[in-house]
Amino acid sequence: MNYSSYIALIPLLPLAGFVLLGLFGRKYFKSAAGIIGTLLLLGSALLSLYTAYQYFLVNGKTGDTYQTITAFKYTWLSFSDKVSIDMGVLLDPISVMMLVVVTFVSLMVHIFSLGYMKGEERFATYYAFLGLFTFSMLGLVLSSNLFQIYMFWELVGVSSFLLIGYYFDRPSAVAASKKAFIVTRFADLGFLIGILVLAFYGETLDFQTLLHTLTTQQSAQHVAVVTASFAGVTALTWGVTLLFMGGAGKSAMFPLHIWLPDAMEGPTPVSALIHAATMVVAGVYLVARMFPLFAMSQSALDVVTVVGASSAVIAAIIACTQTDIKRVLAYSTMSQIGFMMFSLGLIKAHGTYSVGYTASMFHLFTHAFFKSLLFLGAGSVIHMVHSNEMKDMGGLRKYMPITHITFLIACLAIAGIWPFAGFFSKEEILLTAYQSNKIVYGIALLTSGLTAFYMFRLYFSIFWNKEAHLHGDSHGEGTWSMKLPLLILAVCSIAAGLIPFGSYVSINGKELESHMDLSFSIAPLAMGIGGILLAMWMYRKENNKPQQVATTLNGFYKAAYGKFYIDDLYLFVTKKVVFNLIGRPAAWVDRNIVDGLMNGIANATATVSNWIKGVQSGKVQNYTLYFFGGVVALAVVFIYLWK
Amino acid sequence: MNEFFILMKQELVITLIIFILLFIKLSSKQWSNEKVLVLINVLLLLNLAAGFLFPDTGDLFGDMYRTNPLMAFEKNILNLGTLLISLQSYNWLKTHKHVPEFYMLLLSTLLGMFFMISSRHMLMFYLALELSTIPLAAMANFDLEKRRSSEAAFKMIISSAFASGLLLFGISLLYGATGALSFSALGETLRQYSPLHILGFIFVLSGFGFKISAVPFHLWTADVYEGAPVAVTSYLSVISKGAILFVFVTVLSTVFSVYGSSWYFMLYFLSVLTMIIGNLFAIRQQNMKRFLAFSSIAQVGFILIGITGQSLEGNVSVVYFVLVYIFSNLAAFGVISLISAVTGKETIDDYKGLYKTNPLLTWVLALALFSLAGIPPTAGFFGKFFLLLAGAGQGNYILIAIAALNMVISLYYYLRVVKAMFMDPNDHPIETIQADWKPKLALAICVIGLLITGLASGAYQYIYSLFVLN
Repeated sequence: MNYSSYIALIPLLPLAGFVLLGLFGRKYFKSAAGIIGTLLLLGSALLSLYTAYQYFLVNGKTGDTYQTITAFKYTWLSFSDKVSIDMGVLLDPISVMMLVVVTFVSLMVHIFSLGYMKGEERFATYYAFLGLFTFSMLGLVLSSNLFQIYMFWELVGVSSFLLIGYYFDRPSAVAASKKAFIVTRFADLGFLIGILVLAFYGETLDFQTLLHTLTTQQSAQHVAVVTASFAGVTALTWGVTLLFMGGAGKSAMFPLHIWLPDAMEGPTPVSALIHAATMVVAGVYLVARMFPLFAMSQSALDVVTVVGASSAVIAAIIACTQTDIKRVLAYSTMSQIGFMMFSLGLIKAHGTYSVGYTASMFHLFTHAFFKSLLFLGAGSVIHMVHSNEMKDMGGLRKYMPITHITFLIACLAIAGIWPFAGFFSKEEILLTAYQSNKIVYGIALLTSGLTAFYMFRLYFSIFWNKEAHLHGDSHGEGTWSMKLPLLILAVCSIAAGLIPFGSYVSINGKELESHMDLSFSIAPLAMGIGGILLAMWMYRKENNKPQQVATTLNGFYKAAYGKFYIDDLYLFVTKKVVFNLIGRPAAWVDRNIVDGLMNGIANATATVSNWIKGVQSGKVQNYTLYFFGGVVALAVVFIYLWK
Repeated sequence: MNEFFILMKQELVITLIIFILLFIKLSSKQWSNEKVLVLINVLLLLNLAAGFLFPDTGDLFGDMYRTNPLMAFEKNILNLGTLLISLQSYNWLKTHKHVPEFYMLLLSTLLGMFFMISSRHMLMFYLALELSTIPLAAMANFDLEKRRSSEAAFKMIISSAFASGLLLFGISLLYGATGALSFSALGETLRQYSPLHILGFIFVLSGFGFKISAVPFHLWTADVYEGAPVAVTSYLSVISKGAILFVFVTVLSTVFSVYGSSWYFMLYFLSVLTMIIGNLFAIRQQNMKRFLAFSSIAQVGFILIGITGQSLEGNVSVVYFVLVYIFSNLAAFGVISLISAVTGKETIDDYKGLYKTNPLLTWVLALALFSLAGIPPTAGFFGKFFLLLAGAGQGNYILIAIAALNMVISLYYYLRVVKAMFMDPNDHPIETIQADWKPKLALAICVIGLLITGLASGAYQYIYSLFVLN
């Protein structure tokens, strides 16, 4: 079956939206911009569903595996005889799954924004940026080689920079967008070096060829990559760990997560798109995409596990203390992505526990629905009360029934309560952890309890707690364009878990037997319900219990509230250490030695005679001194020391 | 004799234009500035077009001069850059009293660069280098009433005299040791390791280092760039550097190829120093011109990485990057010179809120800065990626890691300008600029060039094929 006829349209439709609205939107379309963007995306969502239908159901498996198909490939340029740079579309179970997730969630966000962003001055620009983001994300998902994925990876970064900084009249939004861009860019330098390492040893950038040559035991490339080492670590481990660094930056994994909470300055639907379902899971997707290489290096897998598990638990603890509802959701996203990450990392190098792969992808899939639902629900709430703070909310269940019910469904789903979607996917992750590593299992179980607690803390604080006191100018629950996506996503949050995911997505394309063990489910369910009950006891009615708990756990609470001071640590390092130790001395040398000394001479000469000052500007001798010093240093080093 | 006219046609056309300008200057009839400028720009355009005709391969003057399609292409790049700068400086030159002189000096340096690219002999190379340097110092002085401008010229001439002295000393050492001066003979004689050869090479290297302003030979750059008129600054930092880099690649790979392992480490050190120091100083700059000047020092550090690759791909990447760099940097300088010529404003703070008043100029500058920062999918990204890929061919990942780290630092300060233009509020933003169509045309060419070199693979492939042909 030939996919190439329509598959290119999937990313190109949002791109068309970007170009059209970006160029002409502000002048000609104004309020129609939203409809145009949404319709284009509807087209691409339908095509994605059709592709998935074709791929999984019509074409199905060859033998017992789903094939990896290069739908088309175009050699963009050949860098040298061996390495060429291509643009291509790669279809395999995970890319098709991501295709559906990205277009579907993006469509929901497009529809929701019709109501939410109505009346914004830069309405058309907003939709143009959404189109650009969706295009980049789809390009990333469909990439057939490392170069292409890196390019779209950066483009995703750029478009999220634009979207987070959308309210550019708010200094905090501008700072947040810059922070997000620079932190992820810093992580990407690892990604870039990782690509260069792997491309150097694998002699290609193409995923399929690369994975094939490097995993074939006999090939010269394989031997080279596992024997070459730097600082006692093999080139392979370096390469994949550096790739993972890029992934960890995009996916807001500890300790590169600091940008995510700040990024909540962007419009809320944007958070639903970028920070719940698409961009932040790109890191997980990257690890899954390159997994055969990760699977060759146990130490790289351990890094993934440790980073994933620590992110999961740290973020969950911080989430329990935050009062800004979007920040709670941001930390919860980070925690859930931690689950997906360690689930991949727990697969052993020789291939056991490979159920973790399916579990991770399954959780990515279900998480996309309930987390974007939570963000959109939060958007509705913020739209209503004009505040992000929990203290301004409470008792909203009567005023916004649809938001209330859908939000509850999403909370149940993320808490892992049967039969909501999160239950099934989290169950598989916990099972992997149980089999593979008991410590991680313990952490994961604890985190599940915490997840249930902070989600229901959020739920009760918004919809119960105290009586609502609303401002007169409230918008009410919003238009139908805002309610409809909530309802659709709520249905998905219930139903997505029932999909027999293992038969579609697995580590080798073969069907995976899913073995649900009822007795195993007891512990996670108990933790979840325990968390919910605790939250109910503390937050259902307005009381001073939360205060008491906070006082009892004084030091720990403060640390968690202060996000464990990780931001401050970074600030300390950049401001105090980098600026003081490197920037200041450099500036000092410039000012005092170069300028100062020479100004001194110039001043001295000025007192002797103005005439001399007019002719002699005073610095050139110094320059030539440096110049000559450089020559002498080079000569000494290379003639005497380094023959 | 026929050969002479065919092979040297690019140099001959430039010489012809210089003579035309000389006659205009000497003629009894007073030409208005507008007329002279239009005539010159048309001539430069014709010159550019002529450069593409009949590329040929051959040697002249007993192997002192060589041309081939690759060299012709490199000269064309310089021709294009010169035309762009000429168009951009229209506003500034329109009111200047000495337009023909300016162009005579400019084209003399260009002629010097052409000879330099084609030189196959150390003496020829030295002469050409001087021809391309001395008139530049006079050009730096072209804001005649400004003291800073004369200071820049003065500093430049002293520094470059010093650098030339060292270079010449290096050449004499090599001559003393080998008795050869032509590139091919030198390449054959420099076979085994000898400290004298290395010393000679280091002196020659420092001469190159001075011209491309690699650290620690860069100190003249900041003052000269700031003091000189914008047009001259952009010429210095783009065209002059580009020409030297072309020659540098040739000299390293023909004359000193035997000492590859030595100069690999030298360039390694220079590259690291250049990137770090260039970036650290660029971070602090408030003046846009100074800011670009320092950031262009850091860019040279990246180019050196490509050269350390010591491979065909490395050399191709260098030429490709220079092409991209010309478009990006000239787009940035074009906007800055336009704003500076009309309003005199040059600091980053002045650029706050520029988007409100000059959206188009802002986008052009933002695109140029993104390209300089190496953000995909702009051309600058491909340029840097290829340089790093070539550098990685040597398997030296520490250098690559330092480079990647510097890309992040540079992103920080490029983004600072973008942020100021788009996001920072300003009560007194720069007013809407009314520009002549010529600078606008130059900007348009830069933007198109940026897009084409980035998105179409043709440019890289073409350069690659020229190198293979060579």
